[in-house]
Amino acid sequence: MSRDKTQLLYAESHEWVDVEEEGGDKIATIGISGFAIEQLNDLVYMDLPEVGRKLSAGDEFGEVESVKAVSPLYSPVSGEVIAVHDDLPESLDQLNDDPYDFGWVIRVKLDDEASLGKLMDHETYEKQCGESE
Amino acid sequence: MSSPPESDGSLAATSLARTPLDQWHRSAGGQMVEFAGYEMPVRYDSIVSEHHACRKAAALFDVSHMGRLRFEGEGAERMLDHLLTRRVRDLPVGRVRYALVCNPDGGVLDDVLVSHIETPSGQRYFLLVVNASNRRKIVDWIATQVDRFPGVTVTDRTELTAMIAVQGPRAVEVGDRLLGIDVSSLRFYRTRVTEQFGKPVIVSRTGYTGEDGFELIVRAEEACRIWENLLLAGREAGFVAAGLGARDTLRMEAGMPLYGHELSESIDPLSAGLGFACDLDDHDFIGDLPLRRIRDAGPGRIRIGLLPAGKRPARDGCEVLSSGGEPIGVVTSGGPSPTLGVPIAMAMVDATKAGDPGFRIDIRGKSIDAVPTSLPFYRAPRRG
Repeated sequence: MSRDKTQLLYAESHEWVDVEEEGGDKIATIGISGFAIEQLNDLVYMDLPEVGRKLSAGDEFGEVESVKAVSPLYSPVSGEVIAVHDDLPESLDQLNDDPYDFGWVIRVKLDDEASLGKLMDHETYEKQCGESE
Repeated sequence: MSSPPESDGSLAATSLARTPLDQWHRSAGGQMVEFAGYEMPVRYDSIVSEHHACRKAAALFDVSHMGRLRFEGEGAERMLDHLLTRRVRDLPVGRVRYALVCNPDGGVLDDVLVSHIETPSGQRYFLLVVNASNRRKIVDWIATQVDRFPGVTVTDRTELTAMIAVQGPRAVEVGDRLLGIDVSSLRFYRTRVTEQFGKPVIVSRTGYTGEDGFELIVRAEEACRIWENLLLAGREAGFVAAGLGARDTLRMEAGMPLYGHELSESIDPLSAGLGFACDLDDHDFIGDLPLRRIRDAGPGRIRIGLLPAGKRPARDGCEVLSSGGEPIGVVTSGGPSPTLGVPIAMAMVDATKAGDPGFRIDIRGKSIDAVPTSLPFYRAPRRG
């Protein structure tokens, strides 16, 4: 399966969100946009949360570090972390090549869907990126 | 994620200066950031690939943002002798020295290169290359001293010229072919005036990467042509253009101080490990008395190299602790070392603890182990 980046939701802080139904729950898979990874460039370190952590939308849940800078990762949604992509910190080159499938970071079981309303569609996000370039 | 990543400041900010190579950087896809009042490329492609290209072949850096001040007239060498921690009165023509400009307390106002230049027509002058971030401060500082040296004229040549650093093991052979002067016969920290396209070019065997190489000062209007010629001449050898990102990782590996990190007005040169750049005997200069006192008593802090455990880089500002957990200093520069493949850091620590076999570094609330190591972290193999 390959994720279509044009069908994802995006946070202003450059995380992508893919929401699916699983057994009556809404599960959000969260990653970092290809644009942001390209801008960060030369990733060297990533810090991830533990499974079970409760997040509110806007909470910092980890960080990604490039040669030059440290960037916090912010949760675009509220809920509980149910999975963490533990192989990712050892495979940052692959994150670079494949930010939307291999590059997923955490999966969160949503408490509520209110925070989803604040996210952008792909077209709006692309526009934001164009302006910041 | 924060936005935009990597940038030290906003490009939308008020009128930033541009170097004569600005258009070239943009057309080559340089990611431009604010640095010391200039818009400068932080990278074109990847910091890591530009870093490796410099260590393996050579890289070109636009360092035109650095300040270039010309001193000439009766007493120029005495004035510089008074301003700098190194003697200038015995600096022969064609030589370059690294020195500090100190305040009366011995704090560092800037670190500089001073060159004794002779033009082909026999005209002699001194050239001071200062940090971009300190150029205004140093120009103002010099202005407070000129009354004592009425025969000296100081001219800020920064905007009339450009400066290009060519650094790497293959830099000199390409320089030889292109410049029509024998760069390879120019010894380390020597300088000479030559010509390109009928205009004077100052060539110096100096740099800020730990590699062999040279730096050129050229007329602003010739900068682009010379830059492109260098890239073209070095294409087969593997030359690339490199940005400030690689310049920083390269100088860190080479254990070289950067003003604002290892040097500041509250850090003296002896604590920073730059005693070699201070002629404390038989030389009177601004800041000499406090520096002699520090030499005699021993500095209170010392700059050391650290290898943090794991992959997470320690950055400047991270606190350094003794292995027992007592705060003893601060990281001044840190990041991943592309050549060594591990994080490296420089720190200023309490001199009484500097010999400890192990330290801890607090990285945003997480404490990790770090072992001391001698500087530089990386030394280029001797060639030829």
